[in-house]
Amino acid sequence: MKTNRIHIPMPLRYIINILLTVALWGVLIALIAEGIITNYWSGILVTIGINIILAVSLNVATGYLGQLPLGHAGFMAVGAYAGSIYMKATPLGDLVRSGNTLAGLPYIIVALVLSGVVAGLFGLIIGIPALRLRGDYLAIITLGFGEIIRVVLTNIDSVLGFKFTYGAAGLKQIPKISSFTLVFICVALTCLIIHMVMKSRHGRAILSIRENEIAAESVGINTTYYKVMAFVMSAFFAGIAGCLYAGYLGSLFPSTFKFMKSIEILVMVVLGGMGSMLGSVLSATVLTVISESLRSVGDLRMVFYSLALVLMMIFRPKGLLGSYDFSMSRILEKALGFIFRPAARKEKKKGGAVK
Amino acid sequence: MSYVFSQAVNALQLGSIYALVALGYSMVYGIILLLNFAHGDIIMVGAYVTYYAMTSFHLHPLVSVVLAVVMCTLLGVVIEKVAYTPLRSAPRLSLLITAIGVSFLLENGAQLIFGTDTKSMVQEPLISGSLTLGGVSITYAALITIVVSVVSMIALTILVQKTKLGKAMRAVSEDMGAAQLMGISLNRTISFTFAVGSALAGIGSVLHIASYFQASPMMGSMLGLKAFVAAVLGGIGSIPGAMIGGFAIGIVETLVTAAGLSTWKDGVVFAILIVVLLLKPTGILGKKITEKV
Repeated sequence: MKTNRIHIPMPLRYIINILLTVALWGVLIALIAEGIITNYWSGILVTIGINIILAVSLNVATGYLGQLPLGHAGFMAVGAYAGSIYMKATPLGDLVRSGNTLAGLPYIIVALVLSGVVAGLFGLIIGIPALRLRGDYLAIITLGFGEIIRVVLTNIDSVLGFKFTYGAAGLKQIPKISSFTLVFICVALTCLIIHMVMKSRHGRAILSIRENEIAAESVGINTTYYKVMAFVMSAFFAGIAGCLYAGYLGSLFPSTFKFMKSIEILVMVVLGGMGSMLGSVLSATVLTVISESLRSVGDLRMVFYSLALVLMMIFRPKGLLGSYDFSMSRILEKALGFIFRPAARKEKKKGGAVK
Repeated sequence: MSYVFSQAVNALQLGSIYALVALGYSMVYGIILLLNFAHGDIIMVGAYVTYYAMTSFHLHPLVSVVLAVVMCTLLGVVIEKVAYTPLRSAPRLSLLITAIGVSFLLENGAQLIFGTDTKSMVQEPLISGSLTLGGVSITYAALITIVVSVVSMIALTILVQKTKLGKAMRAVSEDMGAAQLMGISLNRTISFTFAVGSALAGIGSVLHIASYFQASPMMGSMLGLKAFVAAVLGGIGSIPGAMIGGFAIGIVETLVTAAGLSTWKDGVVFAILIVVLLLKPTGILGKKITEKV
């Protein structure tokens, strides 16, 4: 196909994307510093960031792998508790309170990695048996695991004999580490890593399982390995989101991580379009803003949520964006081609179907 | 002795409600391979109908019961027509997500309409009194619950095995395409299945409120999930399996509570589910289906 696109070489593409991300961060941080984005809205920005990580990570298991795990909140809970218990054991709390967050950075990084790894480990333990099952059974078994994690977090103290998760009373006084910048970096890294994995041969293997598991197996793809890998990756980032969530609120309650939370994340993925990262990011953003502004009408918010889910499935089962994914460089390439190669454009107009 | 007896009655009472709800899950799954998450919430609606009929409108208990069962049946059919029929040829995942959506719509709608508080019927129980037999006493509510569920299950078995509609249901669950070619109306049979399943849920809801006197917007979700565990345990798609599963879950839950670990009971039920799924994914009486390429 004769195209009027100008090809941008690979390293340049990455540089453009990095520059754009940094520019976005700069604009947002400047707006916060200037007070145009108020304290209230910068808090919502943090929530949006956390929800984006959750949605994008669930999208790996739902959109790319094509399974339906219903226990994402469980992984988030595991990560949140692991990270917070670690952070409470370190002098991080005093450092954050005295405003010296930078000195606590090593602790923060360890906490984030730890929460991701612990959640990933749970993903591995749950994934290996669960992924032997298909479709509905997988959904149910992950739902069961999610509920068990919650029940255990509520009751574990009475078994251990000492205060560990503080049960239903809640884990409190967690160092508030989740500044806007930290969450922004985590969001960017999550999207980057998932994007890179999905563009690699591993990613294509995962996609092939979604398309047809039997066919994938017959061309020599180790389906069990890749299914577990996608599942663990999904759990890993959910754990990090959980840690950020704990570091944002400062307290944790097992009742936060009910089945409903998993569904909320699922709604974000489904509305955005299963298998589209941009879809997940956009719908996480839009839904968080909507639900924040609907906070005054509490119950109605959930009615809206569920109605949207049903209507979406009936009228547009692929989500708003389907599996369309966004690429800044592709748009740039098209724009450049439009400017610099008018000849090709004319030809296209004249010929109709230029092949 | 009387303690053991009363615990056994508790277990049977709880188990028979689970079994009734599990039957609905099992039938719907057997016919269109859908986990009808909204099934548990139909029970919630039934409980509210009974509550309001009894307390606000002061209807005769029998009228309230009939009203609740009819409302549940209608609700089940309407849900099937509105939400599931348009998606019959869609991927299974879409159908499952729709079912979850309907379930949350019912729960949150109920929260909006009836309020978040738990409505209690202790003052005006549906069935009161108890029967004393040789030193042990059993409440009429428990007795009626167990009897009614056993009778409903027998009626259902006869319906599925002996009637023409039952034959159509079995045919559709065996092979939808072939059944259609044999002149069976797909829409009618599926709607009928939903109606029967929801009617059973309606009966379950009445028995539930008679036994535990409560209605709350979220009561259906945990009850439904556990009934679903019962259906999986017994072998999904199998009617006797759902009964066995229901009673098994009732017994386990009563045992865990009797051991003083009531906060763990949800965890134990789900742990059983996981063990069953891993050891025998088709459940106790389920059939193994091999996937064809």
